[in-house]
Amino acid sequence: MANLKTVSKKSKAQSMGMHTEVLTGRTQQKFFNPDEAENFYYFGTYDVDFNKRTELDVKDMTAPEANKEIDNLMSQGYGTIVIKNPQGKHSLGVGILNKLNLIFEGSLGYFGMGSCDGPIVRINGRVGWSCAENLMAGKVVIEKNAGSCFGAAIRGGDLICKGSVGARTGIDMKGGTIIIGGDAGAFTGFMMQRGRIIILGDVGINLGDSMYDGTIFVGGEIGSYGSDAVDSELTPSDQDWLKRKLKVAEIGENFDVSKMKKIVAGKKLWNYDNLEPTEKKGAI
Amino acid sequence: MCGIAGLIHRGKSSNVGSELQGMLQALKHRGEDSTGYALYGDTDGKNFIMRFKVGENVGEGSSSVMEDVSVYDERKKIVDETLAEMGAKVVKEERTLPYSLRYEIDYETKDLLDFSQRIESIPGVEILSMGKSLEVIKDLGNAKMVCDRYSLDKVIGTHAIGHARMATESGVDIKSAHPFWGYPFSDVSVVHNGQLTNYWNNRRVLENKGMRFMSECDSELIAVYIAEKMRHGATLEEGMKESLTGLDGVFTYFVATKDSLGMAKDTMAAKPLVLYESDDLVAMGSEEIAIRSVLPQEIDTYDPFDGEVKVWQI
Repeated sequence: MANLKTVSKKSKAQSMGMHTEVLTGRTQQKFFNPDEAENFYYFGTYDVDFNKRTELDVKDMTAPEANKEIDNLMSQGYGTIVIKNPQGKHSLGVGILNKLNLIFEGSLGYFGMGSCDGPIVRINGRVGWSCAENLMAGKVVIEKNAGSCFGAAIRGGDLICKGSVGARTGIDMKGGTIIIGGDAGAFTGFMMQRGRIIILGDVGINLGDSMYDGTIFVGGEIGSYGSDAVDSELTPSDQDWLKRKLKVAEIGENFDVSKMKKIVAGKKLWNYDNLEPTEKKGAI
Repeated sequence: MCGIAGLIHRGKSSNVGSELQGMLQALKHRGEDSTGYALYGDTDGKNFIMRFKVGENVGEGSSSVMEDVSVYDERKKIVDETLAEMGAKVVKEERTLPYSLRYEIDYETKDLLDFSQRIESIPGVEILSMGKSLEVIKDLGNAKMVCDRYSLDKVIGTHAIGHARMATESGVDIKSAHPFWGYPFSDVSVVHNGQLTNYWNNRRVLENKGMRFMSECDSELIAVYIAEKMRHGATLEEGMKESLTGLDGVFTYFVATKDSLGMAKDTMAAKPLVLYESDDLVAMGSEEIAIRSVLPQEIDTYDPFDGEVKVWQI
């Protein structure tokens, strides 16, 4: 490893081998085994037909009623459901562990699409705080703006906001990709552990504060760096990936990714290898 | 967790009482210990409107001590005598509830400090608001209960702010309910969602400068803090910007004056706010559903960023 005291800040992370996103510490990552495929299923999931389409007006429904009705429609095989008049209600579309094409004709309140695994969702409006929290897989596209804690703790999937988002976007995220077409607020990527965040616009103060791992790409101005967030070199493979991702996400297809900044964890806060005091005693 | 809401019509008046009731009722799940309205009604601007209380609501859930209702009449009588001594003529008097009164007063003054101090030196009396347009109405219960109790659904005006409170750091009573009047400034009111962690330090400093606190609710500090800044020549926006560093903690708050409405969000953006802005209307609330109660159609809204201060004129 290069002497970190003499290298520039930009190349510091690279010198430490930190741009690869490979966790070298304790990991709980498990890989799919086709021989055990029969064990991979969710209780209560349905075989749905994407060509079977219906509409659901939730204007006079509570969130639990609406979510129950979505589940009911999936049980009937509907694979494309259009939700009318969501009118900013909270917790709509939560807990969908199914392949589903879901379209909201309007805005959602807090916790929309939380704890989902698999659906493809398009929200033709705005979303409130904590949209798609804990998303495992699938794709959620928001046509307008989003509130704070956007994509908190997601583990997989693509989460796309074509407008601007609030503070703490991608807080504690453990995988997946978050793409922001506009600006992002303070503490973006706070304590993120894996995954990638792409912001085409400006971002607020304390970007990537206390991030363990993962990568943040920023197209605009950065308010300030958070603790242990450092610049890294934007490689040609990064640029290829960004172009592909932005194209698939239907956002910023013509954006000049070569000028984007890449931010990773400096990993000075890592203490994974430190023994607990009792363990230290035992070692002595 | 509390909920705040506000709206300002630019270039016209509207039924702000009913509109704010709908917004606050949509936020009732954020707290319904008490609800408060600061309404800026259409008036001729000649007389002061003083909203004051001579006792507390001691109904279900209240943390106030039960008093004999007869003391309310005694306190009112002393208020009347004090007003007469100061040369303030009561033009119109309304007593909505035994403990809650509304006076229209013909009184010539620029500094309300002396006036307020004399009225509030009467034990058990608190001025909820003083102004030529502002009326602060607050009581225990959710937005609809308070609105019905005080018949607010017919109030016509240009702007309003309100608060649905879940009591966390002070009692369930009217004195701790929002909005707070920006004592001793005419027509200034504040609502707040969050917690202030340097409340006592700031309070001691401000009290030494002659400012008054009626409750131990941390939110009251914002009203007093900004009023003190304005007293020394700062504009509303300047005072609000100074508060971002002068106040410690997490907060989103609204301040309203006779002709403007402002919002401020702390530098960590820890408290929610959704904002809708058009040429003739600005509406904002802790959650989008508050805005939806007045604008059910599909609209563009956004979250203001950390450390953001905005002020709109009527």
